[in-house]
Amino acid sequence: MMDIPSTIKISLRALRANKMRSALTMLGIIIGVGAVIAMLAIGTGASERIEEQISSMGSNLLMVLPGATTSGGVRMGAGTQPTLSTGDADAIRKDCPAVEYVAPVHNGVAQVVYGGQNWSTGVTGTTASILKVRDWPLVQGRPFTEDETRSAAKVSLIGQTVVESLFGGINPVGRIIMIKKIPFMVVGTLDRKGQSMLGQDQDDIILIPVTTAQKKLFGASFPGMVRIIMVKAKSAGDMDAAEKQIVELLRQRHRIGQRQDDDFTVRNLTQMMRAAEQSAKVMTLLLGAIASVSLIVGGIGIMNIMLVSVTERTREIGIRMAVGARTWDIRMQFIIEALTLSLIGGVVGIVIGISGSGALSALSGWATAVSLPSIALAFGFSGAVGIFFGFYPAYKASLLDPIEALRHE
Amino acid sequence: MALIEVRDINKRYSVGDVEINALNGVSLDIEKGEFIAVMGPSGSGKSTFMNILGCLDRPTSGRYLLEGSDVAGLGRDELAAIRNRKLGFVFQGFNLLPRASALENVELPLVYNGLPAKERGERAAEALKTVGLGGREKHRPNQMSGGQQQRVAIARALVNNASIILADEPTGNLDTLTSAGIMELVARLNMESNITVILVTHESDIAAYSKRIIRFLDGRILSDAGVVTT
Repeated sequence: MMDIPSTIKISLRALRANKMRSALTMLGIIIGVGAVIAMLAIGTGASERIEEQISSMGSNLLMVLPGATTSGGVRMGAGTQPTLSTGDADAIRKDCPAVEYVAPVHNGVAQVVYGGQNWSTGVTGTTASILKVRDWPLVQGRPFTEDETRSAAKVSLIGQTVVESLFGGINPVGRIIMIKKIPFMVVGTLDRKGQSMLGQDQDDIILIPVTTAQKKLFGASFPGMVRIIMVKAKSAGDMDAAEKQIVELLRQRHRIGQRQDDDFTVRNLTQMMRAAEQSAKVMTLLLGAIASVSLIVGGIGIMNIMLVSVTERTREIGIRMAVGARTWDIRMQFIIEALTLSLIGGVVGIVIGISGSGALSALSGWATAVSLPSIALAFGFSGAVGIFFGFYPAYKASLLDPIEALRHE
Repeated sequence: MALIEVRDINKRYSVGDVEINALNGVSLDIEKGEFIAVMGPSGSGKSTFMNILGCLDRPTSGRYLLEGSDVAGLGRDELAAIRNRKLGFVFQGFNLLPRASALENVELPLVYNGLPAKERGERAAEALKTVGLGGREKHRPNQMSGGQQQRVAIARALVNNASIILADEPTGNLDTLTSAGIMELVARLNMESNITVILVTHESDIAAYSKRIIRFLDGRILSDAGVVTT
């Protein structure tokens, strides 16, 4: 058997002999590989952005919203009737085994003042569990305690946007801010979360104990009323079980008969995000598939050139056969030649794909991410194209009759 | 046991509806170290006979024993291995690889023999020295004269220590003086290295270098006689 280095040397020489032709043939593969990498980068970029948003929202998250009112046959939207209470939240935590953390939320917008600065921001009354539910670490200070929650203490945790708007460079922990003219002590600051999927600034927020919000800031239609209950299930697999347990428990607590509609809604936010992520993945797949078509067209170009090359070099094949080249020696020579074309094209295509997707995100502002697997995929695919489309010409060459081949002019 | 034993070999082609009997019951013995000229008009079957001797073609029927083993029924790759190890070819048109250097052309049989690169280079350089082309390893065929190219081809035939050299009109493209040089080289290799040489030629002065002349006509051996040296 012929050794590989000699074969590669022969291939490179044959390709150099027809520089223009080799370059044009490679161009097909270069465009194909470049397109595959750029398209996958766009798709992966979109998926990654969604993935980021999912993790900023908190994982395995369920939201319980109060139900719709029905008055005189007119059904109002979800959340119009206040039906949820802190009691419901406590019950969910105690009685639903698939639930890990529960945080009631009672929120509103309020004007906040510190020193000479003032700022209008969302104020959320909740418990310390919200930090667990939403995977939200503190940068400084401490969460509020159960005692503070029970006693409606005037303490607050503030988001980074509020820190910047009110405090500038001052350390806010231990300072007193005025929310609706009521003094609150800042006990900690929240880590930055960035924009939500809908473009809201998640850091423009102040967290206070839910009892304080109910009794001192926003009032309540009935004692212990909350707007939302946020729930974190124990794991992604427990989401459905948790949803079922919550529905069952709340129907019981709210005394809803067999035929009546729920007076609350459970929303699986993670599921919604996963759907968005899924569609981004489908888009990636589609873009990749379209780009691979051009790679296959490039492969056909290789096959075409290799067939021409076999015909042109019939005499060379005859000489090689006369001095002892076997069937597979001839086949390997042409397959390696096709592979050389496609792999050089692949490497150049990878470089062009990476710089192309970089330029694309710089020009259009799309998030692109060139992943290592996509490079490996494109490179492997171009190699496979070379072998696949190189095989037939190589097979044809190996079947030549040595006598005929030697006589060929 | 002769080096080559050919027994009742037939070769038939069909071209369209017409059957051509290129060889009709040819039998022949060739001993090691012989220098044979094969002559005959075109269409006499001498080329077919040479192709069969060279393991490039297979007879339709009959036996061909090369060093005692029958090669008539072997497959493509087995024939390729025999060509590689036992036979060396010299063609009228030289048949060198145009883009490869002299050394690389001579190396070619060794490449298919699976020898490591270093040993290939040494043996190819040695073979080039034997044919009087030492120092021209890097030259390409288009940088060499016809006579030099044919010497490269002879070196390629020698490099794998072939026991038989088959030459098909080796001087057909060369002028008289160069032809004489080539024939003297071939005769010297036959004498000194005891290599069996079988050559096809139209010219009687080329045939005169040999020791035995076989004439073909209509697919049969017309005559087989030793050369009378004058």
